[in-house]
Amino acid sequence: MASIDIRNVRKNFGIVSVLHGVDLSIENGEFVVLVGPSGCGKSTLLRMIAGLEEVTEGEIRIDGMRVNERAPKDRDIAMVFQSYALYPHMNVAENMSYGLRIRKAAREKITAAVSNAARKLELQPLLARRPKALSGGQRQRVAMGRAIVRQPKAFLFDEPLSNLDARLREQMRAEIKKLHRDLGATSIYVTHDQIEAMTLADRIVAMHEGVVQQVGSPLELYDRPANLFVAGFIGSPAMNFLSARYEVGAGTAGARLPDGTLIGLSSGYQLEEGAPVTLGIRPEHVEMSPGSESSLRATVDLIEPTGFGIILHLGLHGLPFNVFTLDRAALTAGPTVTVAFPPQHLHLFDETGMRALETSL
Amino acid sequence: MNNYSTFGTALHRLAILCYVVFALFPLFWLLKVSVTPNDLLYSEGVRMWPSRMSFEHFRFVLAHSAFPVFFRNSLIVAGATAVIVTLLASLSGYALSRFTFRGKYWLVALMLLTQMFPLVMLVAPIFKMLSPLGLTNSLTGLVVVYTAFNIPFATFLMQSFFDGIPKELEEAAKIDGATQFMAFRQIVLPLTLPGIAATLGFVFTAAWSELLFALMLISGNSAATFPVGLLTFVSKFSVDFGQMMAAGVLALIPACLFFLFIQRYLVQGLTAGAVKG
Ligand SMILES: Nc1ncnc2c1ncn2[C@@H]1O[C@H](COP(=O)(O)OP(=O)(O)OP(=O)(O)O)[C@@H](O)[C@H]1O
Ligand SMILES: [Mg+2]
Repeated sequence: MASIDIRNVRKNFGIVSVLHGVDLSIENGEFVVLVGPSGCGKSTLLRMIAGLEEVTEGEIRIDGMRVNERAPKDRDIAMVFQSYALYPHMNVAENMSYGLRIRKAAREKITAAVSNAARKLELQPLLARRPKALSGGQRQRVAMGRAIVRQPKAFLFDEPLSNLDARLREQMRAEIKKLHRDLGATSIYVTHDQIEAMTLADRIVAMHEGVVQQVGSPLELYDRPANLFVAGFIGSPAMNFLSARYEVGAGTAGARLPDGTLIGLSSGYQLEEGAPVTLGIRPEHVEMSPGSESSLRATVDLIEPTGFGIILHLGLHGLPFNVFTLDRAALTAGPTVTVAFPPQHLHLFDETGMRALETSL
Repeated sequence: MNNYSTFGTALHRLAILCYVVFALFPLFWLLKVSVTPNDLLYSEGVRMWPSRMSFEHFRFVLAHSAFPVFFRNSLIVAGATAVIVTLLASLSGYALSRFTFRGKYWLVALMLLTQMFPLVMLVAPIFKMLSPLGLTNSLTGLVVVYTAFNIPFATFLMQSFFDGIPKELEEAAKIDGATQFMAFRQIVLPLTLPGIAATLGFVFTAAWSELLFALMLISGNSAATFPVGLLTFVSKFSVDFGQMMAAGVLALIPACLFFLFIQRYLVQGLTAGAVKG
């Protein structure tokens, strides 16, 4: 169990700068999920914590101790790789016990730790098998087992489930959550998967192009994204954005769309009158009831039933706009529909893409 | 299966058969001549198998020629070269595969360059260098020369095998608590056994059949290797084909045994199951 502090960490590969000063404090026992588009530096950050990449600048502390110069073996962390990286010439038990064996742990202790982990992960019948005789899900479990037998200070996961099919992924996701609940170990988890991030994280770290965009609980990121990037990245289908101008009157505030429609806002913002803004609304928050004054007509391009709900791909002034609804009536929606934006679900971003600060009206 | 693919398969098999026959025929001829008694060698015309078989050539070669000495010398030289080269090439191949270091590009270029010269050009300078060191006419000298010539290629060969082993395996080992060297020895090396076997086999056969340097650096029978020894059958007894072929058959044995021993590693896909895919 350990806390991890990342202070102004930078990483250059030759002349290419990949991380531009990352700050992050992870508390003992916390489950932190790193999300961000491909190439934003998630793996690089994780590998730096593991000691597999050198830190160009800044400091990484584990339990308050600077570890920049420590070899991976002296950091006492475990890592689960996307490819699992099981040792092909060792059977499952040997794979799991390798770390303990080279640390010269007592034989009884090794046996106990392996059988304990095997029981937790339901690997007992497979202990004598080689990795190549295992299914993807089983390999994934062995990789987890190898991480937990050593009882390290922290776990690092680099997209551990992305090679599994959807159902297995769901199942393993729940197991990882259970495992974390049982072991309470500090964990850093990299994923592309929204749902994994939302369900597993105590805190999500959203990254973009080597810069941390927002750190917060899953619901904070969902409800109050700090900027356009986080707003567009968290949530699926992604948030809709419309350009508008901010207008404020006596006791009211609104966003004027290019076609002249005024969308009412629930509060005022620290913005100049007429300031260009981006209005954001999640597809699941759009209402399809006609009649409200700020409602808009949109053309229906495509209807995608997901079983649970329906995704409508609309065209709003020629721009793509998505709506998610549970109402099956949408399946038979005509060539045009009316959409309305409930003020409490609107997000407003200023010209620089940052979330606009609210003020009272 | 339709007609076309049956036909295609047949053609395919036939092509392979032709190739195998073509490749193996000289070996067959070697064997045939080695068991043909001298009096039948020229008298029977061209036949696939002599009407009477005899092992007299083998008996003579083993009992009355210097062949056993050549054989032993070759075994020592080829064996030592194979082991030394493979050992060094594994280390250098690993370094080329995994590390970036200053001068790597030029090192590789230089190693490639050494492969471009015809060896004949180097005979005189090498002789000049080795003779004051007392390494001419000695098996050690041959081992040194063969090692030097085989290392570049063997390094590239080993490098390609190391390249085939996912880097993550070592990283996982390091995180598990291994040092770089432990990760190499306990994880990478066992997985490179096929590559090591291939390199051993390649270098062994190259050194086993090398003639040019063996001929130039060695005089006299005591340090001669088997390819040089074969030539003695040419000079001494006009050309005694029967004995020469018998010696040739015997010389094939270690190579065959060697490949029999390593083929298990050559065909085995040991890395299967390391990473997904
Ligand atoms: N060894 C390296 N040398 C040079 N550039 C590298 C190296 N490793 C990574 N990069 C670059 O660093 C950037 C971040 O890579 P990283 O692997 O951390 O991305 P990621 O966020 O994990 O992406 P993904 O989600 O696709 O795994 C990428 O642009 C990549 O090209
Ligand atoms: Mg990655």
